[in-house]
Amino acid sequence: MLYWQLFTSFFQIGLFSFGGGMAAVPLIQQQVVTGHGWLTMSEFTDLITIAEMTPGPIAVNSSTFVGMRIAGIPGALVATFSCIAPACLIVSLLAWLYFKYQNLAYIQGTLTGLRPAVVALIASAGVSILSLAVFGDGVASAAAFNWLGAGLFAAAFVVLRRWKPDPILVMAGSGILGGALYLLAGGAV
Amino acid sequence: MQTETKPKGKNKYWTLFLSTLTISAFTFGGGYVIVSLLKKKFADELHWLEADEMLDLAAIAQSSPGAVAVNAAILVGYRTLGLPGMGIAVLGTIIPPFVVISLISLCYTAFRTNPIVAAVLKGMQSGVAAVIADVTVNLSRNVQRESGVIGVLIMVGAFLASWMFSVNVLWIIFVCAVYGLVSTWLRLHRRRERML
Repeated sequence: MLYWQLFTSFFQIGLFSFGGGMAAVPLIQQQVVTGHGWLTMSEFTDLITIAEMTPGPIAVNSSTFVGMRIAGIPGALVATFSCIAPACLIVSLLAWLYFKYQNLAYIQGTLTGLRPAVVALIASAGVSILSLAVFGDGVASAAAFNWLGAGLFAAAFVVLRRWKPDPILVMAGSGILGGALYLLAGGAV
Repeated sequence: MQTETKPKGKNKYWTLFLSTLTISAFTFGGGYVIVSLLKKKFADELHWLEADEMLDLAAIAQSSPGAVAVNAAILVGYRTLGLPGMGIAVLGTIIPPFVVISLISLCYTAFRTNPIVAAVLKGMQSGVAAVIADVTVNLSRNVQRESGVIGVLIMVGAFLASWMFSVNVLWIIFVCAVYGLVSTWLRLHRRRERML
């Protein structure tokens, strides 16, 4: 049952992505790429790129995108609804507790314990994407090493650390520069 | 909650919807930006919420699972206009990305086979990897500052578990959540004992 699978997958993504923003990326990868094979790693990376460059949170963008590709507009509606449903329940519960007891110590303490894990999971998803950019879809090997992809990554990383520009500009820049170089190099895609 | 800050007029639902819709449509780059825009609109302009209350709502939005932008909209909607407000604020926040991404996903397959688009997307892979690496460096510095050596050890352990041993992400989150809960309990408990 496709809709049911979409529902359970995106409900889990909505329920367990603590920390906002990139925190949802490893969960989406596990559900959508590793678990159900709805997207390839390459399509998933495109999705993260698109999500970063368009309005809306990554989790919401991903659910709409995957739902749409798997089961059209009904699929997009089911996936997007499933992704925000847990938040509606939990946020109202927490708000009620907070305004009753004026105390978030346990919740914030739990989050402090979670934060290292969330960072590690984001890093792990980042390594998969880096490996795709540098080695392509196959197994990482010296023969598959893509100098252009690695060089672009290093340049983009230095620019981000040094000048702290808007990430959208860096992605657009690496797309334009990298795209031109890849085309010149004879389509290493 | 002060009653005088309650929104009035029959167009309040429409105002809530349009405000969340425009804020969501023009916000690129994450939930923290949206929280400050919501504060500007609902606390500073409309006076539906106190600025202090907005800070509390932001703390809850960041402490809850899910996207911070959606959580903040849920809270603002619920605090100002109850359950209907919550539904309206969520709809306003969801509609812009839903429409944009649906359109993109319709064109995606056709575009992806175009050699120029494929080359640009291939170039962008390196850019996204760099953005994630940059985020990771910033966040791990925060972890080190906030939780010290233990935080760094948990971080390394969780990374190895996920990347080398392919442990399910949910298990890693569950174990660390329990750790956070227990250590908070111990901390609060110890403090109470000292006070007695």
